[in-house]
Amino acid sequence: MKASFFARPELSLRWVAVWRRNWLVWRRLAIPSILGNLADPLIMLFGLGYGLGALLGEMGGTSYFGFLAAGIAASATMYAATFESLFSAFSRMHVQRTWEAIVNAPMTLDDVLAGEWAWAATKALAAGGCILVIVAAFGYATPWRAISALPVIVLLGLAFAALGLAVNALANGYDFFSYYMTIVLTPMLMLSGVFFPIEQLPGPVQAAAKALPLYHGIALVRPLLLGELPGAVWLHLAVIGAYAIVGFYLALILTRRRLLK
Amino acid sequence: MSVLSARGLRKSYGALEVVAGVELEIEPGECFGLLGPNGAGKTTTLKLCLGLIEPDAGTIELLGEPVPRRAREARTRVGVVPQFDNLDPDFTATENLLVYARYFGLSGERMRERVPRLLEFAGLGARADARINTLSGGMKRRLTLARGLVNDPQLVVMDEPTTGLDPQARHLIWERLRRLTAEGKTLLLTTHFMEEAERLCHRLAIMDKGRIVVQGTPRALIAEHIEPQVVEVHGQGSEAWMQAARAHCARVERAGDTVFCYAADVAPVLKSLAGQSELAYLHRPANLEDVFLKLTGRDLRD
Repeated sequence: MKASFFARPELSLRWVAVWRRNWLVWRRLAIPSILGNLADPLIMLFGLGYGLGALLGEMGGTSYFGFLAAGIAASATMYAATFESLFSAFSRMHVQRTWEAIVNAPMTLDDVLAGEWAWAATKALAAGGCILVIVAAFGYATPWRAISALPVIVLLGLAFAALGLAVNALANGYDFFSYYMTIVLTPMLMLSGVFFPIEQLPGPVQAAAKALPLYHGIALVRPLLLGELPGAVWLHLAVIGAYAIVGFYLALILTRRRLLK
Repeated sequence: MSVLSARGLRKSYGALEVVAGVELEIEPGECFGLLGPNGAGKTTTLKLCLGLIEPDAGTIELLGEPVPRRAREARTRVGVVPQFDNLDPDFTATENLLVYARYFGLSGERMRERVPRLLEFAGLGARADARINTLSGGMKRRLTLARGLVNDPQLVVMDEPTTGLDPQARHLIWERLRRLTAEGKTLLLTTHFMEEAERLCHRLAIMDKGRIVVQGTPRALIAEHIEPQVVEVHGQGSEAWMQAARAHCARVERAGDTVFCYAADVAPVLKSLAGQSELAYLHRPANLEDVFLKLTGRDLRD
């Protein structure tokens, strides 16, 4: 690999134009897109929250619905960021050659990637934010508590968007993404405390779970929704932030290697 | 000062040297054609000159800016029409231009005024709000050309601007490109249509295997590199006739069942054809395609 692939990002403010391009396309399909993104997490939240919740009673000192709410908000953020940075970004990069058109203008590939990163995180924020609105509407969090969780949702969106863009740079087709979804994301969903406290897991598995960004997101969102101050705030933020920054740098290197040959 | 100057350009992929020491000098206001068979290195040369990929060796100056170091600055004054259509399928014709202009930092009133004129230029005035997938291949290519003009560039770089178009669409593109040169824009295009190069280009370079084999004006290349007259002969017995014809021609070539005789004076050749009723023939002046085939050979390049 060439040294120039590792250079620090060369950005101009025009990366905003890439974000805006995606926004203009999405604006037209906003309603079906939001409904499509929310259907899955809401079915989980209401199905498990009320169904399983009736059997389980309390969990972690709150109703099961209240417990699950944080996990679903964080995982919906994860999936929204992932879908946008995998399937949608791949369409624009490979199928429609949109990125190729953009870099013929005075734009760098780094600008394109920054725009895509911010865009996927925006969609993730929309998805996570909608879940929080619904949670608040059903009285499982006060509006202020829901709002206090938004910065975490933003950071989680950036982390999973960055990881998704790195995977995108390695993809040879849409099928490739199912490996990432089933080998990485599904286990993460089970191990990060979405459905049950991770203290239920064997010690070594718990230790592994604590390396995952979703775990740290939920460790912050759950107490915030309950109106408590989370412990080790900076540690959790630092881990998610590291995934975001290192992930984006990795995405940059891999995408340059793919497209700037 | 030249618009584009490339010296000693080299680029390898693995063991294959795709660009092997290219020298280019493009003057303001000219239409310059880069010709070559598939895989000759034309597209890679363009990408190097635009600063989209880094050369292994050589220097490039594009509109006074060193490339790739200041390629971004140089590209603010360059328009690019890529080989593959990459218009945005999610937008209308107008939106495509407006969105693309933002990548140059251009927007607002000035663009809203300019876009209809660009669509008019592309002959798409009536299709301003049409979706991309409702446009024909020729319309899409014209829209891509209009998109390459959003920043009112000094240099327009086009990679095979008419490949895949029908003759009507091709003639329309040619007419528009002539209009651009009349406006004083500099054009750099690649093509493998000799007719296109001969009609449009003031100067051209023929590329093969990563090198520029010759360059000059179309007339000069024909005068320098090929005998002025050609007789093409095909039909039963052309092979036997070819043996006899060698005496009358400076050069004889054969492709499939057609024999090409090149000579300054073809009267003896035509005489030897008289009475050979099973042979069909065509007598014509030599053209750029003859030069191209002489220099790059008749072998298929896939």
